[in-house]
Amino acid sequence: MAYSEQVLDHYENPRNVGKMDEQDAHVGTGMVGAPACGDVMRLQIKVNDSGVIEDAKFKTYGCGSAIASSSLVTEWMKGMTLDQAGEIRNSNISEELALPPVKIHCSVLAEDAIKAAIHDYKSKQ
Amino acid sequence: MKLPIFLDYSATTPVDPRVAKLMCDCLTQEGNFGNPASRSHIYGWQAEEAVENARRQVADLVKADPREIVWTSGATESNNLAIKGVAHFYHKKGKHIITSKIEHKAVLDTCRQLEREGFEVTYLDPTTDGLISAQQVADALREDTILVSLMHVNNEIGVITDIAAIAEVTRANKVLFHVDAAQSTGKIEIDLTAAKVDLMSFSAHKTYGPKGVGALYVSRKPRVRLEAQIHGGGHERGMRSGTLATHQIVGMGAAFAIAQEEMDSDNVRIKRLSERLWNGVKDMEEVYMNGHPTQRVPGNANISFNFVEGESLLMSLRELAVSSGSACTSASLEPSYVLRALGMNDELAHSSIRFSIGRFTTEEDIDQAIELSLNAVNKLRALSPLWDMFKDGIDLDTVQWAAH
Repeated sequence: MAYSEQVLDHYENPRNVGKMDEQDAHVGTGMVGAPACGDVMRLQIKVNDSGVIEDAKFKTYGCGSAIASSSLVTEWMKGMTLDQAGEIRNSNISEELALPPVKIHCSVLAEDAIKAAIHDYKSKQ
Repeated sequence: MKLPIFLDYSATTPVDPRVAKLMCDCLTQEGNFGNPASRSHIYGWQAEEAVENARRQVADLVKADPREIVWTSGATESNNLAIKGVAHFYHKKGKHIITSKIEHKAVLDTCRQLEREGFEVTYLDPTTDGLISAQQVADALREDTILVSLMHVNNEIGVITDIAAIAEVTRANKVLFHVDAAQSTGKIEIDLTAAKVDLMSFSAHKTYGPKGVGALYVSRKPRVRLEAQIHGGGHERGMRSGTLATHQIVGMGAAFAIAQEEMDSDNVRIKRLSERLWNGVKDMEEVYMNGHPTQRVPGNANISFNFVEGESLLMSLRELAVSSGSACTSASLEPSYVLRALGMNDELAHSSIRFSIGRFTTEEDIDQAIELSLNAVNKLRALSPLWDMFKDGIDLDTVQWAAH
């Protein structure tokens, strides 16, 4: 299948790949998906005392569109407040990456990962 | 544009240039363009002679009688004709058919259709190595079993079924045995004077012949009857009507003649290349060859690179034309049903790549495939949370996944 330039760019040069300490009270971790479905995303955010996301990291097992979706949202989230990040919708992601219909689930997964990371952070406070 | 290296010979093969030349001679006004069924002039006689020569060439490769070869449009049609043809002809004798879970869709979907028509089908489970044994077939036989249909070589994992042993069981129990040999011609010896097989499907394009033509072997002794699936002018002794495509058939015959001539030397070379490939990647952690380690054709290397997803791996391997066991491009997100039937877990099934090597593969091709694969797998593992977890000693089977 043909991939959009945006997907290829994120796939070739993924942004913010990495792992943060899950135990850190400032870090929220969201892990979504399942190996059985062919994609697993781990998204982590580091939030400062004024509720702004200072840093974001991801690792993704999945197709190119899943990798690109998670790479893209780490870029977007940095500098956002938790509320702003919580408003990112899968349609924003799929539009930015020009995902074909069969790949929409990748953007849904990325939205789920954001929500899970925010939830994890809030539950630690 | 530099084309990717073709390592997908199990999907199809290029037509051998020697074959293409002969095919071209059967097209134009100056060539052998006649209708082989025309009995009243030399155009027809010459075309018929070419078709009968090709029939002999196909029969020779598998040690059959030319009168046992029926031309079709390919192995899919051959499988349909064999299975539906037997079921519809012998339905009064019984309504039970045996096949396996790792057959090609042309067999599985045909069996599903027969189930809708009231037949019962048993789908045998392969071993984790991909084998179906004669004992399994014997155990599954019933009073009303009329047909067993199994493939000779599996298209995804290259494993060879012991058809001679299974044929002993079916013949002793007076049950017909159909073998889909699309993947085995030119790769392993087939001797239909020895193996008690009743029906066998062939494809030209997996053996350096053209697409769009195949054949079905229909045994004469003992005589196997079929109900035709395509009706018309009564060609091919009524079993398959339709004007014979002289150029396609001549191509298939020539391709099978070359296969007979060059199988041994091709196999030696291909085996060396496939060992070179495996030796080049096997020292990485968590790399597995799928299917039986020795009972397999040399050209197929189905390899799982654990914790890396197949489709993203293919994306990194754009300089290689290979295929993946992961079917993520479909909406189903299901990994290969063949790998799943071997009892393989989902991560491994999603992580598999099928490299298939053929007549025109070179050592440089393989070396490049090794280098690209190693780089891609290392890159994607650095991105993989599953690889992190594996490295941290977490058993992925104990994790509660939020499946979506």
